Amino acid sequence: MSGGLTDLTLAAARQGLKRREFSAVELTEAHISAVERVRPLNAFVTETPESALAAARESDARLARGEARPLEGLPIAIKDLFCTEGIRTTAGSRILDGFKPPYESTVTANLWAAGAVGLGKLNMDEFAMGSSNITSHFGPVVSPWQAKGGSNRQFVPGGSSGGSAAVVSARVALAATGTDTGGSIRQPASFCGIVGFKPTYGRCSRWGIVAFASSLDQAGPMTRNVADAAAMLGVMAGHDPKDSTSAPLPVPDFEAALTGDVRGLRVGIPREYRVDNMPPEIDRLWELGIEWLRDAGAEPVEISLPLTRYALPTYYIIAPAEASANLARYDGVRFGLRVPGATLDEMYENTRAAGFGAEVKRRVLIGTYVLSAGYYDAYYIKAQRVRTLIARDFDRAFERVDVILTPTTPSAAFAIGEKLDDPLAMYLNDVFTVPASLAGLPAISVPAGLSEDGLPLGLHLIGRAFDEETVLRAAGVLETAAAFTARPSL
Amino acid sequence: MASLIEGRTGSWEVVIGLEVHAQVVSKAKLFSGAATDFGGEPNAQVSPVDAGFPGMLPVLNRFCVEQAVKTGLGLGAQVNLTSVFDRKNYFYADLPNGYQISQFSQPIVGKGTVRIDLADGSSREIGITRLHLETDAGKSLHDQHPSLSYIDLNRAGVALMEIVSEPDLRSGEEAGAYLRKLRSILRYLGTCDGNMEEGSLRCDANVSVRRPGEGLGTRCEIKNVNSVKFAMQAIEYEARRQIEVIEDGGTIRQETRLFDSGRGVTRAMRTKEEAHDYRYFPDPDLLPLTLDPAWVDRIRTAMPELPDAKKARFIEVYGLGAIEADILVAEREVAHYFEAVAEGRDKRLAGNWVTGELFAMLNRQGLDVTRSPVSPDALGELLDRIADGTISGKIAKDVFAEMAETGARPDAIIAAKGLRQVSDIGAIEQAVDAVIAANADKVAEYRSGKDKLFGFFVGQVMKATQGKANPGVVNELLKAKLAG
Repeated sequence: MSGGLTDLTLAAARQGLKRREFSAVELTEAHISAVERVRPLNAFVTETPESALAAARESDARLARGEARPLEGLPIAIKDLFCTEGIRTTAGSRILDGFKPPYESTVTANLWAAGAVGLGKLNMDEFAMGSSNITSHFGPVVSPWQAKGGSNRQFVPGGSSGGSAAVVSARVALAATGTDTGGSIRQPASFCGIVGFKPTYGRCSRWGIVAFASSLDQAGPMTRNVADAAAMLGVMAGHDPKDSTSAPLPVPDFEAALTGDVRGLRVGIPREYRVDNMPPEIDRLWELGIEWLRDAGAEPVEISLPLTRYALPTYYIIAPAEASANLARYDGVRFGLRVPGATLDEMYENTRAAGFGAEVKRRVLIGTYVLSAGYYDAYYIKAQRVRTLIARDFDRAFERVDVILTPTTPSAAFAIGEKLDDPLAMYLNDVFTVPASLAGLPAISVPAGLSEDGLPLGLHLIGRAFDEETVLRAAGVLETAAAFTARPSL
Repeated sequence: MASLIEGRTGSWEVVIGLEVHAQVVSKAKLFSGAATDFGGEPNAQVSPVDAGFPGMLPVLNRFCVEQAVKTGLGLGAQVNLTSVFDRKNYFYADLPNGYQISQFSQPIVGKGTVRIDLADGSSREIGITRLHLETDAGKSLHDQHPSLSYIDLNRAGVALMEIVSEPDLRSGEEAGAYLRKLRSILRYLGTCDGNMEEGSLRCDANVSVRRPGEGLGTRCEIKNVNSVKFAMQAIEYEARRQIEVIEDGGTIRQETRLFDSGRGVTRAMRTKEEAHDYRYFPDPDLLPLTLDPAWVDRIRTAMPELPDAKKARFIEVYGLGAIEADILVAEREVAHYFEAVAEGRDKRLAGNWVTGELFAMLNRQGLDVTRSPVSPDALGELLDRIADGTISGKIAKDVFAEMAETGARPDAIIAAKGLRQVSDIGAIEQAVDAVIAANADKVAEYRSGKDKLFGFFVGQVMKATQGKANPGVVNELLKAKLAG
């Protein structure tokens, strides 16, 4: 499909539409064909070709009238964690069986109001809990990437925004929405060789996004380059009075931040991120990233984030604690799955036993445990204190540096079926992404190279709160230097 | 003074603390824009937020916060400039989120006091532990279907203030006085309508007994008592039950009990096997609530005069007795009515008329003072006619009855019925002379010492003048003439 309409970047497609090189309907039809072609990846939970074409026709009318909106006629896809009015929303779970929200999430409403065309809803780890997209009730998403050497091993696209990463990487959607709680945008972006940007907590409204861990969940764009991420985020972001944790700040012109100039930018290199048993190829990529930024005139500075090693355990207390309460509403009473029982308690038990998968049950149990009388102080309160200290680590670091560079993940994608028996090994995927989540900081993954197996690897930039612009600027420079042109085989 | 209960083995002291749930007067719910009106069609006042739909988020209703602050100030309590909303987790069909949003470790209002006024005219200070904001749950309807329960979420998410007292109350009477006083303060402030029948004021009572001077006994919690009378009955019953158990050699089990108002007893609720662990933690959907001290001060400045201050003023300025003042200040509308009548008139006379004739009439007609057929202005006019001698107090009562029935003004009734009292000494003297002449035998008896007959002569004169004679003049003339 190289050179076709689905191969365009968001920016190039916008340009092509404006110049009438093709119509929005043509662009959408090309993407609908791609959606059908990649069905073996199992990336979509719900396809919406009819409404996509209807939106494209409206876009063509607007384009003809010269009334194009910022994302006019551009086909994108939505992680199935965003509630979409009248369109089934599953969160990758059986428990939301048949649920069609009577409302539209703020982020998707922003995207539609900007003229974007929705191709459908994307598969994901159940309730965004996972790093592999194997916990979905709708089955795993298969990565479009394959390892070198012709073996037919199928790889995970990462998670929880695995469907999003797969379709953007496979040239099925120009961009996709993701959500990130501990790395769910950045890790799959890294595994699939695309850009994934988690903005500052509070930058995008959480209203209408099925909650996993409310103090961590944040929506963000997944795109094929940094400029497209800036364009998407500009539309997705903004203060929303319906979300009390949304920041009452104006949305900067993110696209304008991509000046390509990082001269004098101080780039922090945290020594604690050299974790044990990190594959040498990850370390080499990191060194390469430092070199690229130095060559562009930035100044690498070694920094210390001493509490990083506590980030994962802290995350795996706070996120499940919040999730245990957030998921209590799935009780079979008002919406979604109901499995009857002789008593109310039996109905709860039957419904939740049948509706939730193993990983969700594990986290609900962990969360319930850490909030229980007698354990609350030892786990939840202590974790909250450590979280504050981790944020302070970053505050101190950002007195000396403007942005922090790390690898996105400690390894490339693993094959479907690996790490299944060991949840802790799975949780280690988030070791580099979780600290920024706990501190609420903006962080981006940029495709930077391939592993020895030929699988994508990403570099990770963390910025100051609400300083997405610096993150994007540095990411743009990394992207140019990395010149990542590899494509998935599918 | 603590009232003790005599048991078989000596006297016992009852210790009571009350938790009152007061529904905040507000058009919208605590965290959603849905309406709060009582009696709507089931599930007609429910937003996706109230129903706990996926992705829905709470947004704090600022007006409810203002109401809570106002109430805190009315309880003389400390207003906390930072407070935190927590999730209280438990599963029930009428609790859509699986958690209630409440305030646990950092409530919006801290310690305060309520002064209670007892029947003997004495007062006591009762400590308030805290007031916090929380959401109400929905309602389970168990009588709509043979095997299923229906859920009405109209009430889900409605703002409640939980007002917790210290264990300072010592009898059912004191608990009743506390509830009435609290209700009165809330209604003065307009922060809760105090309607116990509609459930906008609900009370849980923690009751224990002990020997005077000893430490606290094990308490039982009596849930959801829905009238002041029932609260008093429930507490009295529960105290005697506990005393009996202990005196029979038993021990009190800490438990939740329900009051059966039909039989006047408390019963243990079915205890669930698992103890409740609510797993409170700060609601991550809501930031800590911080109040601007200047905003709190503006509320403080705009506070209305509350019952205690009003009572003190009525006693001091109007010379009323404590009990009469209590009656007049209990409802803000009554106090307003009274003040409108008393303005520029004899305060005690005004007080007597409001607590006497007016209350009796309103009771008979089942009206509250705001819907009285006799306006303060009309009652004032009637009192003016007594004061200026136009009619007697006795005639005034008849005029009042007519006013209540027809809504006519007193002057119109007096004129139409010719009730103007006769103060013309000549005319009254004629009547007195006629009565004395017609009752020579009674005059003789009177003069021989049967003083009680004086009333008879007064009655005769009043009868002869159709009650219009000025009673003062009648008395004076009769006394002089009968003295011979």
